[in-house]
Amino acid sequence: MGLEAKLTQDGFLTTTLDAILAWSRKSSVWPMPMGISCCAIEMMAVGGPKYDIARFGSEVMRFTPRQCDLMIVAGTVTYKMSHVVKKIYDQMPDPKWVIAMGACTSSGGMYRSYPVVQGIDQFLPVDIYLAGCPPRPDNLLNALIQIQEKIGRTKGRDFQNKPLPELNVIQNN
Amino acid sequence: MKQIILNRLNANLPNLQKEFSEYKDELTLQVQKSDIVEVCKILKNDSELSFIHCQDVTAIDWAKRKNRFTIVYHLFSLKNKFMLVVKVDVDESECNVDTVSSVWRSANWHEREVYDMYGITFNNHPDLRRMYMPEEFEYHPLRKDFPVLGIPGSLPLPKK
Repeated sequence: MGLEAKLTQDGFLTTTLDAILAWSRKSSVWPMPMGISCCAIEMMAVGGPKYDIARFGSEVMRFTPRQCDLMIVAGTVTYKMSHVVKKIYDQMPDPKWVIAMGACTSSGGMYRSYPVVQGIDQFLPVDIYLAGCPPRPDNLLNALIQIQEKIGRTKGRDFQNKPLPELNVIQNN
Repeated sequence: MKQIILNRLNANLPNLQKEFSEYKDELTLQVQKSDIVEVCKILKNDSELSFIHCQDVTAIDWAKRKNRFTIVYHLFSLKNKFMLVVKVDVDESECNVDTVSSVWRSANWHEREVYDMYGITFNNHPDLRRMYMPEEFEYHPLRKDFPVLGIPGSLPLPKK
């Protein structure tokens, strides 16, 4: 392989810190599985051996937001649930990305009614809107690849001097 | 089965105003609002009837009718393997009924759901809070005059 040949030849690599940071970041995106409804089943299929998200370095679904950098919002977000989703998003360390998986999450989908948030971009910064009801597992992998390309283009200074988010503490929930 | 119910009700409550109707093998008993608790007590406790299972309490909004709401009780008798529907008409100006949660404990949550969705209050209910919608929500979503997409700003969203 190219990397081994290079290392045995010279014993060192020249690169930029930005490039190697972005490369390592995008190759180990740890998802937060925000599985709210049926899209979560397809998300589990992506984790299984047939589609195997491990091929893209994202097999470690973390169930604590403190260890995640990608939130996959998989399912219908109601107004009641939106506060929980936002709270978990706020607990994730920067830098972080969001996939709005499926029609419900992106636009309310077939739930065009009073309890469902008509698109989670009303309260979250969304990076990828994923079409489908639910999307096929390969479609979710495609979204992950798109996110990886986006992460690959980032520079270290993009994340500097970002103000800390104020945690939105809800008393009653 | 209709005859048994009629006999037992006549024996226990001779002056009861009631009306039977049948649709697709389903028997419906329409009674007055003030009699509902008495009727339910007999339907449940009478040894021949024993409608011990309150499957559901729900309501209908007729929008323009004189008695705007109908409250519907679905009862089941395990002994007779028979399902009975009891209906009560309620007007919008007096939007309240006596609770039957003292008869069937399961009616407690069913009545809370009816209160949440239609705004019908149940007198003497032990814990009449909203079931699904947030406590501070001001409307009743299953009423016909409530817009399908809700009222903008009535449900709070987190800040972006």
